[in-house]
Amino acid sequence: MSPRNDPRSEGFWSFWDEVVRNLFGWFRAVGREFRTRRGRFLVTTLPMLWLLLFFAVPFLIVLKISFAQAVFGQSPPYTALLQTTPNGGTSLHLNTQAYALLLSDPLYIGAYLKSLAFASVSTLFCLLLGYPIAYGIARAKPIWRLGLLILVILPFWTSSLLRTYAMIGILKANGLLSQALAAIGLMEPGSAILHTDLAVYIGIVYNYLPFMILPLTATLMRTDFTLLEAAADLGAKPAQSFLHITLPLSMPGIIAGSLLVFIPAIGEFVVPDILGGPDALTIGRVLWTEFFTNRDWPVAAAVAVSMLLLIVIPTLAFEYYENRRTDQDAGP
Amino acid sequence: MKRHNWGLYAAMVCGYLLLYLPILSMIVYSFSGSRLATVWGGFSTRWYVQLFANEQLISALGRSLTIAATSATVAVCLGTASGLALSRFGRIPGRGLLSLMNSSPMVMPDVMLGLSSLLLFVALQQMLGWPERGMSTIMLAHITLTTCYVTVIARSRMAALDDSLEEAAMDLGARPWRVFFLITLPLIAPALLAGWLLAFTLSLDDLVIASFTSGPGASTLPMVIYSKVKLGVTPEINALATLIVTTVGIGVVIAGTVLHRREARIGSTD
Repeated sequence: MSPRNDPRSEGFWSFWDEVVRNLFGWFRAVGREFRTRRGRFLVTTLPMLWLLLFFAVPFLIVLKISFAQAVFGQSPPYTALLQTTPNGGTSLHLNTQAYALLLSDPLYIGAYLKSLAFASVSTLFCLLLGYPIAYGIARAKPIWRLGLLILVILPFWTSSLLRTYAMIGILKANGLLSQALAAIGLMEPGSAILHTDLAVYIGIVYNYLPFMILPLTATLMRTDFTLLEAAADLGAKPAQSFLHITLPLSMPGIIAGSLLVFIPAIGEFVVPDILGGPDALTIGRVLWTEFFTNRDWPVAAAVAVSMLLLIVIPTLAFEYYENRRTDQDAGP
Repeated sequence: MKRHNWGLYAAMVCGYLLLYLPILSMIVYSFSGSRLATVWGGFSTRWYVQLFANEQLISALGRSLTIAATSATVAVCLGTASGLALSRFGRIPGRGLLSLMNSSPMVMPDVMLGLSSLLLFVALQQMLGWPERGMSTIMLAHITLTTCYVTVIARSRMAALDDSLEEAAMDLGARPWRVFFLITLPLIAPALLAGWLLAFTLSLDDLVIASFTSGPGASTLPMVIYSKVKLGVTPEINALATLIVTTVGIGVVIAGTVLHRREARIGSTD
C-alpha cells in the first residue's frame, strides 16, 4: 500500500500526490465517522437528557422531600435535609415522621387496602367482560373485525374525564342504570348508585376495558383455532377445549391486559373522586388531598413513594413471568 | 364460523353497550331543553348557545389545544430520536437506562408524575428562577409523558421495518442523516402521525398532571370541566363533551381509514 514500495511510483511528485490524496481520504473518513458518531450521540443524548431531567431527577426530589419535615407558611413548605450547624458544618436531617404517620394512621392503611380492592376487583371484571369481546373479535370475519376493533379503540381516544362525567348521568338517582336495577328489584327506586363503591367499580371497568380487550385480541388472533376443531373431533366438549386450549394459549394476553388495567387503576384519582363517595378514599385521592388541601408536601411525597411499591411489585412479577416464558419458548 | 354462539354474542353486546351507553345518553341529553339532566325537556340547542357564550370554557379550550399541539410536536421529535436509538443503534452505552426511562412513565400513575414534575419545577425555580409555573410547565410535563408513547410506537414500527432499504442506501454512500430523512422517515410517517395524534389526545385529556404543574390563570379545559363537575352537573358540559367526542371520533375514523387505505395500497404494490 505504501506508495514508496509501489513499483509504479515514478519520482517525487507522484509520491506526494499519493500522500496528499491518502491524507485527504483519511480526513474525509474521520470526518464522516465523527459526523456519524455526532449524529448518533445527539439522537441518543437528547431524549436521554430530557428524561433524566424531567423524569428521573423528579423522583429523587420526591424521595428527598419524603424525608423532610413539613413547615407551614414558608416556601417551599418543608425543611432542608442538609442544614448548616452554628459552628459552620453541615448536618443531615433525615426525618421519618411522614412514613411513621403512614404506618400508624388507619386512614392511610385503609386507603391502601381500598385502592388494592378497587384495582383488583375491577381488573377481574374487565377480564370477565373483555374476554368474550376479544374472543368474538378474534373469531369474527375479517370484514367485521376492523369495525369491531375501531369500536373498542374509539372510547380510548376520547377524554377519560368526559367519559367519567358521562357515567354520572347513568349512575345517579333516576339515571339509566339506577332505573334499570330498580325495575328488576335489585335496588330501591329513587336511590342512586352514584357516590357508592359500586359506582367506582363500574367507572374503572368502563374506563379501562379497552386496555384489557386490545392485548387479549392481539394474543387470541395469533391463536391457531384449528386446535379447537381437532379437540372437538377427538370428543372434547366446548368447555373442556376452552379450559385446556384457548385459555392457556391466551395467558400472555390475560396477564398483559390485567397489568395494563391494574397498574393505572391503583393510582386512579379521577374515577373515585367523581363517582365515589367521600369514603372511596384511594391512594391517589389521599395524595391529592395531602398536597392540595393539607399542603403537607412531605406526607404527599411519602404517599407517592409507597404507592410506587404497589406498582413495582406487579411489574417485577410480570418481568419474571415474561423471562420464564421466553426461556421456555427458547427451550425444547 | 358455522355454529352461532348466542352466549358469546350476548356478552359482546353487553360489553359494547357498557362502552357506548354513557356517551350516547350524554349526547342525547345535550339536546334536551331541561336543566334537569334526567328529564327530557324537548329538543333544544340552548346549551350549545350558552357554551359558545362561556368565555372561561372557550379560552381554556384554546389553552388546552395550544399545549396539546406543542407538546405532541416536541414529543414526536424526542420520541422518534429515542425510538431510533433503541431500535437501530445496537448496544450503545445507556441503552438499558433509556429503555427503562421510556417505559416507566406509562405505568406511573398520573398523580405520581404530576407531583414529581411539580416538585422539580419548584426546585428549579428556587435555584434558577425558571420556569414560571403556567402553560410552559404543563407543556414540559406533558412532553415527558407523551414522548414515551411516541417512542413505543416509533420503535415498534422501526423494528418491524425491513432495514435492507436503509442498508442499501448506506452501501450506495448516503450519509446517515440522508438515509433517515429520505428512507426511514417516509416509511415510519404513518406511525409518527398516529403517535402525534395519541400524544395530542393524551395531553388534551390530562387533568391530574396539569392540575399539579399549572400556575395561576393557566387552567386547562379539563381543569375547568373538573371544577364545574364538582359543583354539579351542568348541561353545557354535556354540549361541550358531545362536540369533543364527535370531533375526536370523526377524526380517528378518518385517520384510521386513510392509514388503512395507505397500508393496503403499499401492501398491494409489493
